[in-house]
Amino acid sequence: MSRQRSARSAALGLTVRRIPSTGPARGAGPLRRRLVVGVLVVAALVLISLSFRSEESGPLGGVQSAGATALRPFAVGLERVAQPFRDAYSWGDSLLTARQEARDLRTEVRDLRQRTIQSAFALQENAYLRRLLGYLDGPRFPADFDPVAAEVIGRPAGAFTQAIVIAAGSDNRVRVNDPVVTADGLVGLVTRVTPDTARVQLLTDEEAAASAIDLRTGATGIVRHARGTRETLVLDRVRKQDVVRVGNEIVSAGWRAGALSSLYPKGIQIGRVTSVGQTDTDLFQQVQIDPYVDFGSLDAVLVLVPTSRSR
Amino acid sequence: MSPAGWLRALAVVFVAALLQVVIVSSVVVGGGTSDLLLVVVVALGLLRGSTSGAVLGFLGGLVVDVVTLGTLGVSSLVLTLAGFWAGRYGETTGRDRRFAPIIAVGAITLLAGGFAYVLHYLLGEEVVARTALVTALAPAFVINLVLALPVHRLVRAIVGDELRLEPAGEVEVLA
Repeated sequence: MSRQRSARSAALGLTVRRIPSTGPARGAGPLRRRLVVGVLVVAALVLISLSFRSEESGPLGGVQSAGATALRPFAVGLERVAQPFRDAYSWGDSLLTARQEARDLRTEVRDLRQRTIQSAFALQENAYLRRLLGYLDGPRFPADFDPVAAEVIGRPAGAFTQAIVIAAGSDNRVRVNDPVVTADGLVGLVTRVTPDTARVQLLTDEEAAASAIDLRTGATGIVRHARGTRETLVLDRVRKQDVVRVGNEIVSAGWRAGALSSLYPKGIQIGRVTSVGQTDTDLFQQVQIDPYVDFGSLDAVLVLVPTSRSR
Repeated sequence: MSPAGWLRALAVVFVAALLQVVIVSSVVVGGGTSDLLLVVVVALGLLRGSTSGAVLGFLGGLVVDVVTLGTLGVSSLVLTLAGFWAGRYGETTGRDRRFAPIIAVGAITLLAGGFAYVLHYLLGEEVVARTALVTALAPAFVINLVLALPVHRLVRAIVGDELRLEPAGEVEVLA
């Protein structure tokens, strides 16, 4: 039976024969198509390999940096065009929740007023005791940092990376591993820098972590992204004997061990505890945190540049 | 494709890539975000053929990776294959089908999501399968489907429809 026979023609008892094409395009088209896609796939794989292996200061890093600099004006321009629409959406959205939010805020203000008075006394006492002890500490927030304000000009697509790109770079004294915050709290860490842009790994990224402490009870742990969710954090590695309560505030712990110190300074607010649980088999408590920062709608951030870094 | 057609297609991809990075990626709906650039590349593949789809996907991915300071080539690889597959679909079984853009966008969104997950996993990035393949991909799938037809019409209005269909092989019936 002929190879060209189709199922239908076989059923009809007919035989079909393909007429060979005579046009040159018939043979050249598929070949050219396969060649082009093959070259592009190989080019992409070469780029991935080089980009993955090369250092930030390497030739490919330089090319990417130059490309990012060239495209920055377009990104900034588009961001500015989009900003009024984004603001309008936020305004409309906030109107829906304004009444409930106002009620919550009034309660919080009463609570905070009490705590401010207590904190003022504690601060005075703390400063006095530090002077007495000659206590050495790591850099403290915000006293030991200069904030560099930067606009958010982009974020990678998809669920694979939780990062943002900001419109400030090494020209603005920003370096890799500089902490990034907003007025609401800790945002993340600078992971790549070009002269005028920088990539910030958000605290919600799978690979991000920050040592943190419960402000009321002093229980320590590591804040990480909660698996399977988009914007929830967990306080991991909290020992079972430590006390953590729902509603407690979690702030960055900061630490210093000899010449080494935490990438995040002490005392940056991260979020509020929403649930605490533990099982007999787990070594640590399961503490879930609702972050203060809305990672999905970041418009501008502050990069904390150590004051010790010369201009 | 004519030089003017290429220029228009390149402009569309460039604007879509910037829109994706600057605006669309930050608009979270139901836990996921749309992939506008993927939808545009699929539309271009359907309208302009597999070769153009692959080239434009590669360039669009490159813009995204450069602007976001990500690993170069990752988005390019995914979008090259997406553009190529959409083009092949348009050149063969998808031709003259009214809902070809929806079918192509739906299938390619799922395939691209799975492929991107494997790629990131191979590169050693910590990615949770449930987040990547369910929590984020499901809403992205729905939003991309909603965008498929309007984006396809918009792209066709800008770049035109110059798809040269591959001539089907003629057959002779032997009684």
